[in-house]
Amino acid sequence: MQIFRTLLLRLATTAVTLVGAAVIVFFVIRVVPGNPIAMMLPPGATEDDIRRLTALYGFDKSIPEQFVIWAGGVLSGDFGMSITARQPVLDLVLGRLPATLELSLMALVIAVFIGGVSALTGTRERGTRIEAAIDVSNGMALSVPDFLWGLILVLVFGVAFPIFHISGRITPSLDLPFATNFYLIESVIRLRFDLWLDLVSHMLLPALALAIPLAAIISQLLKQSLKETMHLDYVTLSRTKGYGETHVITREALPNAILPTLTLVGVQFTFLIGGTVIIERLFSYEGLGNMAIDAVINRDLPLIQGIVLLFALIFTGVNLAVDLLYAVLNPRLRHA
Amino acid sequence: MSFLTLEGLSARLKGTDHRLLRKVSLSVAAGEVRGLVGESGAGKSMIGKAILGILPRSVEIVAGSIVLDGVDLQSLSPRERRRKIGASCALIPQDPLTALNPSRRIAPQITDRLVDILGWERKRAEDRALELLGEVHIAEPERVLRSYPHELSGGMRQRILIASAFAAEPKLIVADEPTTALDVTVQKQILKLIGEMQRRHGTALLFVTHDLGVVSKVCQTLSVLYGGMVVEDSDVRSFFAAPGHAYSRALLAASPKYTDPDGSLTPVPDAVIEAVRQEVAAADRTWSHG
Amino acid sequence: MLDGRSLIKRRAGARLWLAGLWLGGLFAAALAAPLIAPQDPLAQDLFLGRMPPFWMAGAEPGYYLGTDSLGRDVLSRILYGARIAFLVAIVAGSLTCLIGAGLGLAAGFLRGWVDLAVSRLIDIWMAFPPVLFAILLIAVMGPGLFSIILAIVVIDWTRFARVVRAEAMAQGAMDYVASAEVAGRSRLSTMIVEILPNVLPTIVVLLTLEMGIAVIVEAILSFVNLSVSTDDPTWGGMIAEGRTSIHQAWWVIVFPLITLFLTVLSFSQLGEGLKDRFDPVLR
Repeated sequence: MQIFRTLLLRLATTAVTLVGAAVIVFFVIRVVPGNPIAMMLPPGATEDDIRRLTALYGFDKSIPEQFVIWAGGVLSGDFGMSITARQPVLDLVLGRLPATLELSLMALVIAVFIGGVSALTGTRERGTRIEAAIDVSNGMALSVPDFLWGLILVLVFGVAFPIFHISGRITPSLDLPFATNFYLIESVIRLRFDLWLDLVSHMLLPALALAIPLAAIISQLLKQSLKETMHLDYVTLSRTKGYGETHVITREALPNAILPTLTLVGVQFTFLIGGTVIIERLFSYEGLGNMAIDAVINRDLPLIQGIVLLFALIFTGVNLAVDLLYAVLNPRLRHA
Repeated sequence: MSFLTLEGLSARLKGTDHRLLRKVSLSVAAGEVRGLVGESGAGKSMIGKAILGILPRSVEIVAGSIVLDGVDLQSLSPRERRRKIGASCALIPQDPLTALNPSRRIAPQITDRLVDILGWERKRAEDRALELLGEVHIAEPERVLRSYPHELSGGMRQRILIASAFAAEPKLIVADEPTTALDVTVQKQILKLIGEMQRRHGTALLFVTHDLGVVSKVCQTLSVLYGGMVVEDSDVRSFFAAPGHAYSRALLAASPKYTDPDGSLTPVPDAVIEAVRQEVAAADRTWSHG
Repeated sequence: MLDGRSLIKRRAGARLWLAGLWLGGLFAAALAAPLIAPQDPLAQDLFLGRMPPFWMAGAEPGYYLGTDSLGRDVLSRILYGARIAFLVAIVAGSLTCLIGAGLGLAAGFLRGWVDLAVSRLIDIWMAFPPVLFAILLIAVMGPGLFSIILAIVVIDWTRFARVVRAEAMAQGAMDYVASAEVAGRSRLSTMIVEILPNVLPTIVVLLTLEMGIAVIVEAILSFVNLSVSTDDPTWGGMIAEGRTSIHQAWWVIVFPLITLFLTVLSFSQLGEGLKDRFDPVLR
């Protein structure tokens, strides 16, 4: 019952956040000085052009009116038309979403893997030079954001040792048998491992750039809570049963150390998704973030609104999912 | 033939001259219950940890041997040593509230050693766990096995830890102040239970405690420690009749239950402490020369 | 016997000094750029396009770190770029700090509706990808230094607000605050006289970190071509320009990248170092 009420409250705040985000996106674009229509049009457009476009996009109505119309549309799944692509915003956005999701999830998997392994190694080798080395590299990884790691990866693996692609999502000349835009997943389902490899060699560097800071955070937090757990009696007791260090760390300490890490990783994962915007640009990866920057440069207001709103939806969704996961994983909450 | 023999075991804080154990020698025969007594910092817990191979990383053994069941533990590889200890020894820890893993159910915490180390089938191990919970007088054992630790009381958890310690029929159990963290009322029951289980299974028991009262109730023999050194090794009856060492006498006089009920408690006199310190220092000198 | 912990501790001191040295040196060089820059950072010379740095064959004397595709001197552009980087770091950092810490302090100590409003705003802000938000703001306001600074303030005030709010809340629960209020101090003056000095170390650390972030945000915005103007030398702009000729002239991207990397790293190390200094538990 308690957990149910907490959940409802959590859903309510999420809804408030989303509405707030929608309001802010809408008004930032309109309240800030400058005529959005004038921004949209190329130089040399006539008064008549402006008037026609203004009426077409409903900009001749009052701002609250415009908001009601737009919000009504959004709720019924109509995000308006993109000005540059002349297609429904929803179609465009949903078409790009899989690319960004695949990239983010791949980065998350890499981050969890690197962070997890280095935290476990650091715990096993606590007090040694190996742990000191892990601490130093974590510090470095956290000091510098994903954008710079991306640039460094481009230079090192794209130019100096050209083993991975530094541009695009897939080699353009390839025939794509895909029915959806989840290329990476579909290539596995269709057993087209040639395509899968091509995709991975395109995605690896951007995913790594996104993963480096998160991996360091996971490593730091997890190692710290693992080390705190290693002193506890049940860990010692497990040692007396004849188990080795690796088993003791993974089976006894890890399940208890993972919870505090999890909540923070949730927030950090939304930062990672936010990072895709610039990383996709850097690697010319055809995802949502790259489209967003194009939309901003082309002043495609409906498209910008749609993308920003979708990002907000993903962010709040991730946070909600982490909270739920936390409740499910924590036996004390589950039975409370 | 004793099951456990410590010969001149010496340990220190790694990289320093700070000695934690000084040539400790003692033995525990099969089925024997030996008390390990001393004030805090005397090294009694350290001995238990050394036997079970759970010394902190900052502590190193510099001399002496631990012979378990005729095998010198130091001669084994770390993995073999762990297996040997896991198969023949067990620990009853001090604090039942922290000695059970909060994120695992009770059943696997009792059965894991049986399945993973001794290679039992899971079903057999679970039947064994049920049977053991009965032995430690836990009602509704099926329900308890499915519970998480936080759903159970402290006394209940200590019973589970006792059951778990006896699960693999070890030859030796180290009980590390098993009642200190409990309420006084529960203490008595748990003490009784440990004695009962020990007699039923015939297990040797190394009982680490600062409480001579506990020793007089549970143990047959005892070793008195000061400064990481065994100052007296005796059987319980003759010890309580006439302690051999001055420090032991003082310790006994300082224990509430063994002084004259009308008389006041006598703290261990400074002179006695000074004398035993000198003894430790003397031992150190012979140690560094030999 | 080398203990890992003491190793890190000793390195931490060295890192603090190195970071300070780099930032101080670069700041001085930025101030003195008109005096020490070997070339005019804007001067183009198509005959001098993509000249390599001085140690390589074919280098042009006086162009120590080579030239970009328009023949502009890389070293001079890095030095002038440092002026913009530091300007943004200092102005945007301080403004963000002022607004964010102010709101956080008010929310954490005064509680009530102020806290409710600020917390809700933080939640909403957390729902936006910061880079996208910044780009959006720049697009709406138009490029330029002022827009960049404003964008950084608007997107990043929550960094300060979140941490300072939590700290102020913790401090507010302590006895000394209650006794100050019993002694007849007003809420506002308690906040400024009692609470602020106690959260000040945190604020200083955050400010240092924020300066590094401001530098990187400026670089990102000039990378996507939305910063000052395409001609003005900015590190991000140089990196974007170098990205296109990465195979022909690596030096165009590598030198500004190294400078940017070291600067961001130094701000961050300085912040972390200060955090360790201020933290009584770690000290």
